[in-house]
Amino acid sequence: MSRPAVEARGTRQEPLGNAEDLSEPADGVTQPPTLKVVTTKHPGRWVAAAGVGVLLAMAASALITNPAWDWNVVGEYLFAPSVLRAVVFTLQLTVLGIGIGFLLGTVLAIMRLSRNPLLSSVAWGYVALFRSIPLILQLLFWYNLALLYQRISFGIPFGPSFFDIGTMDLISPVTAAVLGLGLHQAAYCSEIVRAGLLSVDSGQREAAAALGIPWRRQLFKIVLPQAMRSIVPTAGNEIIGLVKGTSVVYIMALPELFYQIQVIYSRNGRVIALLLVATVWYLVITSVLSIAQYYVERHYAKGRK
Amino acid sequence: MSTAMVDLKDVHKSFGSLEVLRGVDLRVAQGEVTVILGPSGSGKSTLLRTVNHLEKVDSGSVRVDGELVGYRQSGDRLYELREREILRQRTKIGFVFQSFNLFPHLTSLENVVEAPLSAQRRPKAEVRELALRLLDRVGLSDKRDAYPGQLSGGQQQRVAIARALALEPKVILFDEPTSALDPELVGEVLDVVKDLARSGTTMIVVTHEIGFAREVADTVVFMDDGRVVEQGPPAQVLDTPRHERTRAFLSKVL
Repeated sequence: MSRPAVEARGTRQEPLGNAEDLSEPADGVTQPPTLKVVTTKHPGRWVAAAGVGVLLAMAASALITNPAWDWNVVGEYLFAPSVLRAVVFTLQLTVLGIGIGFLLGTVLAIMRLSRNPLLSSVAWGYVALFRSIPLILQLLFWYNLALLYQRISFGIPFGPSFFDIGTMDLISPVTAAVLGLGLHQAAYCSEIVRAGLLSVDSGQREAAAALGIPWRRQLFKIVLPQAMRSIVPTAGNEIIGLVKGTSVVYIMALPELFYQIQVIYSRNGRVIALLLVATVWYLVITSVLSIAQYYVERHYAKGRK
Repeated sequence: MSTAMVDLKDVHKSFGSLEVLRGVDLRVAQGEVTVILGPSGSGKSTLLRTVNHLEKVDSGSVRVDGELVGYRQSGDRLYELREREILRQRTKIGFVFQSFNLFPHLTSLENVVEAPLSAQRRPKAEVRELALRLLDRVGLSDKRDAYPGQLSGGQQQRVAIARALALEPKVILFDEPTSALDPELVGEVLDVVKDLARSGTTMIVVTHEIGFAREVADTVVFMDDGRVVEQGPPAQVLDTPRHERTRAFLSKVL
């Protein structure tokens, strides 16, 4: 829009040599004045913002003024030792689940991209199987593994065994929960890592190979750091999903956050207040994770604008 | 001809049912610059990629500095080498890609030092000094901490050339190094390549820049349909081509 004006200034201003003469008529021709930009007004946005503001105020008022929310009870239980222990246990389950998930998932992703058909189809089969079975079902399977195999032995495959151990002793409810979460997560993580690896231009691997860079270094220094750019946002989703997903293990009567608050409110009847306690903690954990994700993403965005 | 730095004998290569190389012989003496010309699809890039085993040959042999590339000969059989061996051989053969293929998450300097450090395991201080010298040689010492995304195409390709030089290879292969560049950036890259040619680096350059071939090449090779049609000094091949196909190609590009 302003381009003609700029050109006009460029061609006409110079012979005049004086900026004050610009707006004066010369030789009967009206000089174009310097043009000022006026931004468009958006009255609709202001109305919408006002409406949202009112709704927010109403929500805040409803939260604060209604005594049924039991805010003082929330404060009482928010830092109760049993609740804090449950928060820590929830975090432990998340860390172990996502740790196993991404370790095994990365191995599965690399297997899946292997040229060996057995490796790649085993990885494919694993993902297909573990994605298909609901987490809650898998957890119960692990929990009840002793019904299938009473004893687990360690030794040479199909050969002699060195020692064996009762399944009940080996797989405690906590182990069952961690295994269930980790193995389930691995199926999803493997697809995330595979998508990340595929997102890296094949020229990168080729350039690294042409330079004679060792295979492992190609993967960890050249390809994976670039893959992380597309892995991190989805991985963030998975981790946050798992924080809340750990609440499924309540069926195994393990004292994670959701199970613990149920125990407390069944005792004292302050259902809403305790649900709020859990809500606040889940909110805090996911908010911290979201902030961490921002910095991790920024780290892997190096060199890209 | 003296002993060849690069020696290809009867190289064949097919992609599925498409035969891309139909028995190519090529000898490049040490310190010599060979420019390969030819229409697209003539197999010149594939030929270049067989020299450092980015493409496996179906039959024939590729030797660099007397050493068989990608295979070990035992009797009348060729056994493919293990990946690690092939990677070791590639450190002696520089390769410059049409699309640069710089590592975008590493700075110019990090791009240049990567292979000497991880593939050749040379001392850090020595490699860094070499890399700074090379960046200076390609005129980019002020861009050593810039990421590829902050550089123009011409600058990226010059970093890529410095990266290939950092391995101190015996031969450098250029696969259409200026084809992805805006016209005004072609000159700065060709200047670097010319400078290398004058310093006695053995090079094979696949290009469409006829002027460059005329000025720099010791030998011009014209390829068509997977075969070498003719080769010789630039004046001979470019000005008095003997084959009809060479004449037809040159009349289109000149």
